Amino acid sequence: MNDSPMPSPLLAVEALSVHLRTDAGLARILDDVSLTVPPGRTVGVVGESGCGKTTLMRAILGILPRSALVPRGAIRFEGRDILADCAASARGRIGFVPQDPYLSLNPVFRAGDQILEIMRRHAPGTRRDHRAKLIELFRAVQLPDPEAALEKYPHQFSGGQRQRLLIAAALSCDPALVVADEPTTALDVTTQREILALLRRLAAERGLSLLFVTHDFGVLAALCDSVTVLYAGRVAESGPTRAVLDAPRHPYTRLLLACHPDRASDLTGIPGTVPAATAQPAGCRFHPRCPIARADCANAPPPLLSLPGGRSIACPHHADALPEPALA
Amino acid sequence: MSAALARLLRDPVSALGLGIVLFAVVVAFFAPYLAPYPEDAYESHLLQRLRPPSAEFPFGTDNLGRDILSRVILGTRNALVVAVSVVVAAMAIGIPVGLVAGWRDNWVSDVLMRLTDVFLAVPQLILALALGQLMRPGIETAMVALALTYWPFFARTVFAETRRLRGALFVDALAGIGARPTRILLLHVLPNALPAVLVRATIGMGFTILTAAILGFLGVGAAPPSPDWGLAVAEARQHLPEAWWFPTFPGLAILLLVLGFNLLGDGLRDAADPRLRRSRR
Repeated sequence: MNDSPMPSPLLAVEALSVHLRTDAGLARILDDVSLTVPPGRTVGVVGESGCGKTTLMRAILGILPRSALVPRGAIRFEGRDILADCAASARGRIGFVPQDPYLSLNPVFRAGDQILEIMRRHAPGTRRDHRAKLIELFRAVQLPDPEAALEKYPHQFSGGQRQRLLIAAALSCDPALVVADEPTTALDVTTQREILALLRRLAAERGLSLLFVTHDFGVLAALCDSVTVLYAGRVAESGPTRAVLDAPRHPYTRLLLACHPDRASDLTGIPGTVPAATAQPAGCRFHPRCPIARADCANAPPPLLSLPGGRSIACPHHADALPEPALA
Repeated sequence: MSAALARLLRDPVSALGLGIVLFAVVVAFFAPYLAPYPEDAYESHLLQRLRPPSAEFPFGTDNLGRDILSRVILGTRNALVVAVSVVVAAMAIGIPVGLVAGWRDNWVSDVLMRLTDVFLAVPQLILALALGQLMRPGIETAMVALALTYWPFFARTVFAETRRLRGALFVDALAGIGARPTRILLLHVLPNALPAVLVRATIGMGFTILTAAILGFLGVGAAPPSPDWGLAVAEARQHLPEAWWFPTFPGLAILLLVLGFNLLGDGLRDAADPRLRRSRR
């Protein structure tokens, strides 16, 4: 982390809205979400389950479900809008590490063949080059016996090995950006640490940008330069990780951090639940659960206010103190 | 695949099943050359009726004086042709239905799966008897009835696998790079269901042979003078218990071939499923 001005972003999500058609009506999964990832930096996206993290990532990767609508917004990668213009798509330049390594590879084909197929499509060079490069990548992600790994089927790897395999796959076409969707939640704690250390090392060695989606503040603190907190499909707060974690301003972030077992004296949690995406409250989406909500919170969505230090907060009342019991 | 075959052969019971099935296929293929009296499929020799097994007629002769060994050998081809046709026809209906129903998540899926349930609820023999009454009783009618009642098993198997994989990331990724649903389903999803389909098909062969024999016995399957095993058992009823050899050998042929297919099916289930490869030894 340094204080130099941020260079022009590698990835910029601009006022993105994504809606899903469901049986219960239109689900507004993402609403006016903006986010930037500068070159060489690691950006975290954090929020509860159902806040739109996965949809955001799928939009960036171009794998939104068939029922999705994008009424507004743009996703710029290396200056081009990859959402609007298929020809400008970032294929091969964005790597992806999925959350669940189990069904990310087709069980009936050899893992190596599946990755080589992607490389044939996106990476220059001959088959022989690709093979050599993949073996080298397997070595870089510390897969045991890289040459034999090429011939194995996905089920022949353990969970941690499969995640390493997928990291190698994400790096196979020399991406500029790697998007990781909670890549450690399916793994046990010791393996989690190894995978995180591996990601950090690879990102530093290769000058990669990382967009890291998680709900684990520990992971966030260890890995990310800056963080964006999502709540119910909107940005609640964003800024440099240290600043946000040390002095959260949005009531949601404050309550969320107060729930962390390391900080909370007892496990109280935030009263209420995340609203259903088909029935979002008017105005600020957090106001029904917010301890400092005022009458005007229900009127209009709060604008994202810029604060010094590169932070922004979607709460006009962020200076108010939370009532005592909420932060007990 | 060769590893799966090796594992299959290591299990003596499965190897026996494979051996029986291969033997039947060879017999069926060369039936006219193997049978001592190939013309006995349709000719009768009334002077040598119901002779007990002897050197001349190892399995004896039937009520029309035909060599039972020849007719058992010639009947193998009928049994296998019926089994393969019925199972292939059932797969041709069931697999596309399962793929489409598993892929779509709307009324199409509901309609297809309820239709599958309806066909699953129809008893095979009753439908075959009814069709036999409506149409001309015969082996073709029986085959139509068997195929119509067997395809739901394939539809259900393929449906379950397609549903499981529809949300898998590799499927989303394929859609993301512009693969059409037909390509995703046939090249990427179907191979996952293939081991289960293969096992179903193998067991289905044995099942079909048995049911076809029952239909022949009831008189709505193969018609005389076809050398059908089930038909032979039915014709033998009037000559029991004196001509014990008449129903015994065709009956044993049915037993052996059905057993072979069932053992092979069980062995395939253990050997061919890639998800079981590591856990089984």
